[in-house]
Amino acid sequence: MIFLRRQMPLLITMITGLIFAGQYYVPHPASEQLLTSATKWLQIIGGFALVLGVTSLFQVHAAKIRRKEAGWGYSMVLYAGMLGTMAVGWWANGKESVEGVSTAFGWVYNFMMVPLQGTMFAILAFFIASAAYRSFRARSREAAVLLIAAVIVMMGRVPLGEYLVPISGDISQWILNVLNASVRRAILIGVSLGAVALSFKIIFGVERSYLGGGKE
Amino acid sequence: MDATIIGAWVATGLTLFIFSFLYKDNPLFKLAENLYVGVSVGYTIVKTYDTVIVHLIWKPIVENQEWTLLIPVAIGLLMLTRYVPKAAWLSRYAFAFIVGVGAGLAIPRTVSSFILKQIEDTIRPLLMLVPGEGVTFSWNLMNPASSVNVIIVLIGVSSVLFYFFFSVEHKGPGKMVARTGVMFLMIAFGAAFGYTVMARMSLLIGRLTDLIEYSDPSYGRPTLWLALVTIGTLIALSLRSRSEPPEEG
Repeated sequence: MIFLRRQMPLLITMITGLIFAGQYYVPHPASEQLLTSATKWLQIIGGFALVLGVTSLFQVHAAKIRRKEAGWGYSMVLYAGMLGTMAVGWWANGKESVEGVSTAFGWVYNFMMVPLQGTMFAILAFFIASAAYRSFRARSREAAVLLIAAVIVMMGRVPLGEYLVPISGDISQWILNVLNASVRRAILIGVSLGAVALSFKIIFGVERSYLGGGKE
Repeated sequence: MDATIIGAWVATGLTLFIFSFLYKDNPLFKLAENLYVGVSVGYTIVKTYDTVIVHLIWKPIVENQEWTLLIPVAIGLLMLTRYVPKAAWLSRYAFAFIVGVGAGLAIPRTVSSFILKQIEDTIRPLLMLVPGEGVTFSWNLMNPASSVNVIIVLIGVSSVLFYFFFSVEHKGPGKMVARTGVMFLMIAFGAAFGYTVMARMSLLIGRLTDLIEYSDPSYGRPTLWLALVTIGTLIALSLRSRSEPPEEG
């Protein structure tokens, strides 16, 4: 039993890991078909993972409503939003529009989800500006460099900036395409080396935290 | 009433409720926030059902008899055994499969695309062969592929990588290289910050444009009326909280 509970999952990880690592080096239609199928399979399994997340959300808010905790009314609003969207979504067969005409699901998307999402991210502009005011003081050489780069990029992204300092657009583009790209590339190389090392550790059973805790 | 007009009122109300957070945390914001979570989750469920259950499972099995798809369905169902304490260990098979496939797919592709390709693009020829001009060294900063930019990118990538290399103590010439890396990092962080601020500003302009559009009489001026309602509610809530004695705790 301990083999089925502990060693078998590690064996599955090892076998699938080695098969799909090797798949890259086999230029055969069967190998390509294996990759296509695996991608589809992962999408299907990922769909079931959503059930876990949604159930957890349901349980948390159901407990709040049952115990009449502070703010339980907002949990009711969340339920109403979720169930209402699901109802109109299934009624419209998951389509936002049919032959160019918006469905009820499309209405929810256009007049509820888009404004809520847009405004939620838009208010971050105020908080970012406030954080910048507090942290962007040129107290050191590094902070000054960061401040100057941010100001140039911000000026280069709007017509007013380019009107005031005509060269700001070009400098901004150069910072983004050359300096920023070089740093992103270095970070990407570092992160990738880490990802490859972690993948090897997972395949060979050194890293096994993904199996979760538990006695067995 | 036209669905667009009702939509304009709903969108305006929700936008103003979220903006009310700029004053302080309040019930209107919490209402809109929870509605956002609910609608987003509902939307994701519907879309996932349509993509996964209908298009990836039901139709291929019923119409094309692709019975092998029952295997990922079984693996997916194993995930749900987490809710049965005695059988919860079976969910490890599903996670083992996902993680194994993910790790296996990641190794060759990451090495190829994110390590070797990036190194190849960093170490490029410094001199260019231009027809009619022969071998030249390009000083054009605006061309990311110019010779001078190739040198800058090489210095940037090497110095940043060295900064994160802790097996060697950063002293002497190494300290200078690491400090150069820090400068490159600061410029990149500043650029990323500036870029993010402008992206958020763009969203803000979009929301304000909608509010201006919905202040039109053809929609019944929802921006004006709902702004009054929001401000009035905030004042009423503020007055009520002042009159209530502070909670002990």
